[in-house]
Amino acid sequence: MGSTLTGQGSATPLAPNRPPSPFGRAASSLRARPRIGDPLFKLATGFFAVLIAAFAVLIMVEMAINSKLSIAKFGFGFLTRSVWDPVAEQFGALPFIYGTVVSAVIALLVSVPISLGVAIFLVEKAPPKLSNPILFIVQLLAAIPSVVFGLWAIFVLAPTLRNHVYPALQSTLGFLPLFRGNQNGLGLLTAGLILSIMIVPIITAVSTDVLRAVPGTQREASLALGSTKWEATLIVLQNAKSGISGAIILGLGRAIGETMAVTMVIGNRPQISASLFDPSFTIASAIANEFTEASGEIYLQSLIELGLILFFVTFIINMLARLLVWSVTRGEGRGAHV
Amino acid sequence: MSNLARRKLINNSMTVLTGLCALFAVASLFLILGYIFWGGVRGLSFGFLVNSPKPIGEPGSGIANAIVGTIILITLGSVIGMPVGILGGIYLSEFGSNKFGLLLRFLIDTLTGTPSIIVGVFVWTVMVHPMGHFSALSGGVALGIMMMPIVARTTEEMIRLVPHSLREAGLALGAPRWRVTLGVVLRTAASGVATGAMLAVARIAGETAPLLFTALGLNYLSTNLLQPMASLTFQIYYYAQSPYEEWHDMAWAATLVLVTMILALNIAVKILTRNRHQQA
Repeated sequence: MGSTLTGQGSATPLAPNRPPSPFGRAASSLRARPRIGDPLFKLATGFFAVLIAAFAVLIMVEMAINSKLSIAKFGFGFLTRSVWDPVAEQFGALPFIYGTVVSAVIALLVSVPISLGVAIFLVEKAPPKLSNPILFIVQLLAAIPSVVFGLWAIFVLAPTLRNHVYPALQSTLGFLPLFRGNQNGLGLLTAGLILSIMIVPIITAVSTDVLRAVPGTQREASLALGSTKWEATLIVLQNAKSGISGAIILGLGRAIGETMAVTMVIGNRPQISASLFDPSFTIASAIANEFTEASGEIYLQSLIELGLILFFVTFIINMLARLLVWSVTRGEGRGAHV
Repeated sequence: MSNLARRKLINNSMTVLTGLCALFAVASLFLILGYIFWGGVRGLSFGFLVNSPKPIGEPGSGIANAIVGTIILITLGSVIGMPVGILGGIYLSEFGSNKFGLLLRFLIDTLTGTPSIIVGVFVWTVMVHPMGHFSALSGGVALGIMMMPIVARTTEEMIRLVPHSLREAGLALGAPRWRVTLGVVLRTAASGVATGAMLAVARIAGETAPLLFTALGLNYLSTNLLQPMASLTFQIYYYAQSPYEEWHDMAWAATLVLVTMILALNIAVKILTRNRHQQA
């Protein structure tokens, strides 16, 4: 790592067990002056670094404490029950888990090929004059707030899908239960599609970083053996495999945690339905939609438990993704923070 | 030879295909921006920016409360999140090249991906619930928590760009490490740290989910930090979900204001960083 100098290395000249100074008293009196500033500085900045990292633990503990009633009442059955009945005070997370997983899978199915295409184009095909502006535009797409995607999805995407795409899907693929039934435009498929646009930037940015980290010699070696440029790219992809999986898993984490846009178009109904046209609910959208209206302690605590599940799952997913990406980019300071 | 032709065909079609993917990504941004512009520009007026919301049907309604609220919430978030983030980032770059630093960096990176709604629930449990009411202050805390990991990592990266020779020069003059770090290294990296902070501001300016259970929203102009406060994002969410055509128009116009703000920040950062690279 290029940073050894900044770390312990450069502290060595100040270390206490150095040989006696050839400059006699003057230098030794300088050394004798207690250097309290440096340890204090390290302690103070370290406190804040630890504080930030500690939020991971804090959030988990705080949410576990605040959902203990629901955890005690429903146990692990909470994950597999499909009732969500605030009146009877019966709660289960299954419909939300289903909605979260299905919408995220739809999002990945659409956005992974596109994002990888963009990343390959940027790293392997386009000259820097073209790839830099495109990368910037993709970054801008990531900067658009979730609620804005939601607004666009309600008033533009959903009506388009309802009037043109869904009827066509039903008439061609309607023999599958997936593409049958009510078509008011607000449902799982719409949520998955808006998610797919929203996670293109992160998958693209991280894949681009990963592909750039693959040494150029691999491309050259492949080309020298007579492969076409695309075949050389395949070799590069082969070597970037773990990093690209990391990018995809990072996108999955985003899709699972995305709240506003999904809440606005998923239809918000806790049900498990075979049709992708039907309204559903994700964990995040359930919390967003019901939290302020939750009456009764057990209702509120069940929602917080949903949050705990979401946090736990995204934390594991992000951890895994970071490890995979770091394995290629070596965890250096650089990297996409989309 | 036909084999070669086939391979060449695959090669060329892949070039076209990946190009189309890039085109799609670029087009989707401009498509959405186009809709925001056309949807928002007709509702935009001077009155819209300086008036507070009025009842349905009454002319001259505006979003001044939301603009002021967003600015206050961002300021609160920055005051809470930036110092912590910058100091944490200094630690990571100066003392973080061991295992412990790696662990911290890893946890912080992981936190960057935490769903923002979770931060909202967390702040609700530690602040809103004990205090008994929604408040702008809790919204600011939520935004601050979201900023911390982003600012910490960008600060670290910017400090790493400072040449070692500068640091060594400072140490050679006999200055203690902390003075070298604050007076030489951080000062050199200041513009980079500032642009990183700007990006973090742009990021939290668009957040809605952490505000849903903290700052909530408010239909009139207020600067009381202990009461609920309006924000552009909450207002857009609220208006978009309403059944009124008039409010939909306001949602589009408010979106235009918000997106303009956020894109301006992002583009400004881009221009600033490009100039720095040219100097280097």
